[in-house]
Amino acid sequence: MPSISNLDAAFSALADPTRRAILARLAKGEATVMELAAPFEMTQPAISQHLKVLEEAGFVVRRVDGTKRPRRLAKGGVEAMDQWLAMLRKALEKSYDRLDEVLASMEKPKRGEAR
Amino acid sequence: MSKMTLQTEGDTHILVTRRFAAPPEAVYRAHTDPKLIQKWLLGPEGWTMPICINDAKPGGKFRYEWTNGKVGFQVTGELLELEPYSRIVHVERMHLPDRTPDNHVETRFDADGTGTLMTMRMTLPDAQTRASMLATGMEHGMEASYVRLDGMI
Repeated sequence: MPSISNLDAAFSALADPTRRAILARLAKGEATVMELAAPFEMTQPAISQHLKVLEEAGFVVRRVDGTKRPRRLAKGGVEAMDQWLAMLRKALEKSYDRLDEVLASMEKPKRGEAR
Repeated sequence: MSKMTLQTEGDTHILVTRRFAAPPEAVYRAHTDPKLIQKWLLGPEGWTMPICINDAKPGGKFRYEWTNGKVGFQVTGELLELEPYSRIVHVERMHLPDRTPDNHVETRFDADGTGTLMTMRMTLPDAQTRASMLATGMEHGMEASYVRLDGMI
């Protein structure tokens, strides 16, 4: 499981629609900052700033190709999201299991009784 | 124990179903009464909800704040439609602290024998939002999660 701080960074990174769109684009394959900036009405420095957040959260990695620094999805980042989803699903399941208990206590005829 | 299902539907929906042993009235109340919500909507072990406000009327606002003692986050939303004891429509977003896109949620409580079948349908603002949340490896992630969870259970 990713640590809470990583998870926090992951959540923050994904909270921005541009960054999610960048991830969606990178899911299709490697791209340079210029290629990533093209579909957005944003400057390359603005895109670079978003990429920095995504890199720090572990979603994106860069490689060196001459003067270019193409970005791609980090395997670890995807795995972290994979784990995050398992956690989200478990969180929902855990909540509903707890709700079963709350409902069982509501079912009792003496529900006004002090706990 | 009735298993929860979670699946994507169309381009912008996520569908969650769960059966409960109690009648729709009780399940509905557990979704609208803050004192009850606070007891179960807690996610993983170790989290509490110190702030739980739910003004359960059409147009009413709600606010949930969770903490694990170290970090916290909150969800705010508005209740759009309330049909006791069968249906709730609301809109919500997380604050991380940036606002996530609005998630439109319809929750139905249908009598199922002596119990209730809950169907929660989330609608994200556009295909792009859901696609970018899910398609970036997350859809694969979900499949893997199911398999992994099946292995755990």
